[in-house]
Amino acid sequence: MSNTPPTPDLELPDEHYLNATYGSGIRSWLLTTDHKRIALLYLASVTVFFFIGGVLATMIRIHLLTPGGALVTPETYNKLFTMHGVAMIFFFLIPSIPAVFGNFLIPLMIGAKDLAFPKINLLSWYIYLIGGGFVLYSFSTGGLDTGWTFYTPLSSVYSNSAVTPAVIGIFINGFSSILTGLNFIVTIHTMRAPGMTWFRLPLFAWAHYATSLVMILGTPVVAITLLLAGLERMFHLGFFNPALGGDPILFQHLFWFYSHPAVYIMILPAMGVVSEIIPTFARKPIFGYAFIAGSSIAIAVIGFLVWAHHMFVTGESTYAALTFSFLSYLVAIPSAVKVFNWTSTLYKGSISWDPPMVYALGFIGLFVIGGLTGLFLACLGLDIHIHDTYFVVAHFHYIMVGGAVMGYVGGLHFWWPKITGRLYPKSLSQFAAIILFVGFNLTFFPQFILGYLGMPRRYHTYPPEFQVLNVLSTAGASILALGYLLPMSYLIWSMRYGKVAGPNPWPATGLEWKTDSPPLTENFHVTPEVTWEPYDFQNRPDLGLAASARPLAPAHGDD
Amino acid sequence: MQSQLPIYPEQASNFAPHIDALMLFITAICVFFAAAITITIVFFFFKYHRKESTAIGIVTHEDSRLEAVWMIVPLILAMAMFGWGAVVYVDYRNTPHDTLDVYVVGKQWMWKAQQPNGLKEINELHVPVGRNIRLILASEDVIHDFFVPAFRVKMDVVPGHYNTMWFRPTKPGRYHFFCSQYCGTNHALMGGWVTVMEPSDYSAWLSGSSGGSTNPAVAGEKLFAEKACITCHVANGTGPSPSLNGVYGAQVLLADGSTVTADEAYIRESILQPNAKIVAGYPPLMPTFQGQLTEEQIFALTAYIRSLQSQPVPAKGYGIAPPTGKK
Repeated sequence: MSNTPPTPDLELPDEHYLNATYGSGIRSWLLTTDHKRIALLYLASVTVFFFIGGVLATMIRIHLLTPGGALVTPETYNKLFTMHGVAMIFFFLIPSIPAVFGNFLIPLMIGAKDLAFPKINLLSWYIYLIGGGFVLYSFSTGGLDTGWTFYTPLSSVYSNSAVTPAVIGIFINGFSSILTGLNFIVTIHTMRAPGMTWFRLPLFAWAHYATSLVMILGTPVVAITLLLAGLERMFHLGFFNPALGGDPILFQHLFWFYSHPAVYIMILPAMGVVSEIIPTFARKPIFGYAFIAGSSIAIAVIGFLVWAHHMFVTGESTYAALTFSFLSYLVAIPSAVKVFNWTSTLYKGSISWDPPMVYALGFIGLFVIGGLTGLFLACLGLDIHIHDTYFVVAHFHYIMVGGAVMGYVGGLHFWWPKITGRLYPKSLSQFAAIILFVGFNLTFFPQFILGYLGMPRRYHTYPPEFQVLNVLSTAGASILALGYLLPMSYLIWSMRYGKVAGPNPWPATGLEWKTDSPPLTENFHVTPEVTWEPYDFQNRPDLGLAASARPLAPAHGDD
Repeated sequence: MQSQLPIYPEQASNFAPHIDALMLFITAICVFFAAAITITIVFFFFKYHRKESTAIGIVTHEDSRLEAVWMIVPLILAMAMFGWGAVVYVDYRNTPHDTLDVYVVGKQWMWKAQQPNGLKEINELHVPVGRNIRLILASEDVIHDFFVPAFRVKMDVVPGHYNTMWFRPTKPGRYHFFCSQYCGTNHALMGGWVTVMEPSDYSAWLSGSSGGSTNPAVAGEKLFAEKACITCHVANGTGPSPSLNGVYGAQVLLADGSTVTADEAYIRESILQPNAKIVAGYPPLMPTFQGQLTEEQIFALTAYIRSLQSQPVPAKGYGIAPPTGKK
């Protein structure tokens, strides 16, 4: 792996976390406690689940080409969307950015040698594998047809599919999340390099701190809730089944208490990624650092208080509905603050169109639509009509796929040179970002209209008047698939053939860029000392930029 | 009737125009913000495009006034959305008193509706135009949801308790209804048609469709005897349990001193979980009927109890709280 073709000026370092000096056999990977290698283990495993979820999504979109359903039986269709949701949410989206980039980058960004608990970090990957194993067992022995939300009493009594192994798998997987969150919080608190004060932390670290809070506080609730549903199914204990004296609405309260904040587990890290990319490629400090950092915490906290907005038409009390609608509108404000600050960061920047930047701007575009359509769903009167329709499907895909996955792919492009030491083809990746953006919008925008027209979610067959928009959506999905396959191909290609990147190709200001690419196992040759403010390009002669070529900043640049 | 590619469904209830107006209001605000942000980003993207490879940006310092503006302005707009949405929702959740009540039962995977005179329909619902209609929703198995896009209303149908929804159809016609809470294999087939008729057509339809309909109160009276309810709930108040004359719609005084309105949900709960609310002055004797009655039988019993509303209340009819003004 270290035998690289000669490049004119740059070569990979002799020793780094990937190469033979530290062992590169299968054993050295399966027993590693290096946060960077564990990150790559996660990268491989979440990619497997992304691929499974993606294949299922493809089948869903093909099936919906005709009103009667083109591909599969109703039972199978219900399993397709359920397994798509479970694979994507619990085994791709939730671990994706935290377990891959968080693991890889947090120690590097704060100048530490590893996470606080390296063995627990490896343990959490094995827990993820065991949980994933149970879920794959469920998928392959009868499948799962409850919807990813596992609403009772359908899941706990009536479903004939393999619910029990799936809820056990998700229960187990929860511990992986909890341990990862714990590791991040302890690491950020205790292992910062000299000079790395809280307000010099990269915003990526702030976002992960907020995410970790949600993981630790929320995950136990969903784990227990699903376990209770499983116990009701296996041993007929009456928690949620009204025939046994239970309350099916209680399940929804408990489930959404985690699963709404879980959306923030997905989107906050993506916001962290974008908050790194934008100042790097605008080459100026991020606008409103404290407000972006604070808004991450605000989102994590308020995000715990909005769960019952999923339940406006369950018959919950009008007062509860009013409260939860109000709080849901409040959580929109910190998200808006982030968008305004990112936009302002571009003002008077020196903006490059490098691929990560194209992805980041694509993220903002899609996240704005996803976030704004949340305002429709938080609106009590309007939610009566659009609840449980395709409007909801479109909205959360804009957040989770348009937002979180776009952020994830953007992050891949940004840190790929750090992770592998190599660059990928520039124009091809810019093209892929545009394909992804266009394909995404074509797939999901028609679904907003479908929803308002009244097409309910989770329908294997639909009235013919909905066909045109469904065909449009499927057409878009095929472009979207290309948008994912392209980066997968050229990134893999670049691992062997890409141009050697050097330590800081963009250049960027973070500590992770002050070490080799790929970094050595201990991350830094010497523990770094931080003497500069975050995203400061002006006072960083080491970056080799023309800091003096431009006049110094005026005292107030705001307009 | 509609264009080839409509963007909103027909407006056929009192709620539809309000909800569409709300939709337009929020859309206008959101389109404005989305466009403003997109245009700004694209403009900056080109205007500040890096010209020399080593150039850096000019530092702009944050400004708390600016931050305050873009927190407060969106907050005000959000509160306007919240307020308007709340008004529509509260209207929807507070059923008017003069409703025509139709019982609807959802089960995997069909809907049964029962008109006030006992006429039963499957996957069809006939209602007169211009009347306030209340649907009393019950489920035999899992959670369903009754959704009529043309009326812009839906409500979950939850096993174990009643939900109600109301609307006033404004335009005769036939409209889709759907189950919109995923309920298993044939969820997508669990739909049908609402037929909105002129009142005269509706009455003709009700009396003309003689499909062996039994008045639900009559069916309920029969059940009341069959299930031996009558043994304890003696009409003249001399039995071990309260007389049910005049109970429906009244305030019932409970053993713990509180009162409760004897509506459908209370009656249902008292049949299935008799010990949940004990009437003052009576011992907790009644066995549960959980699992022994279908939702339709509960509807019938409720209809019977409702028909006793105008019967004379016996002297020992306490349990019914002293009247406090109007009904």
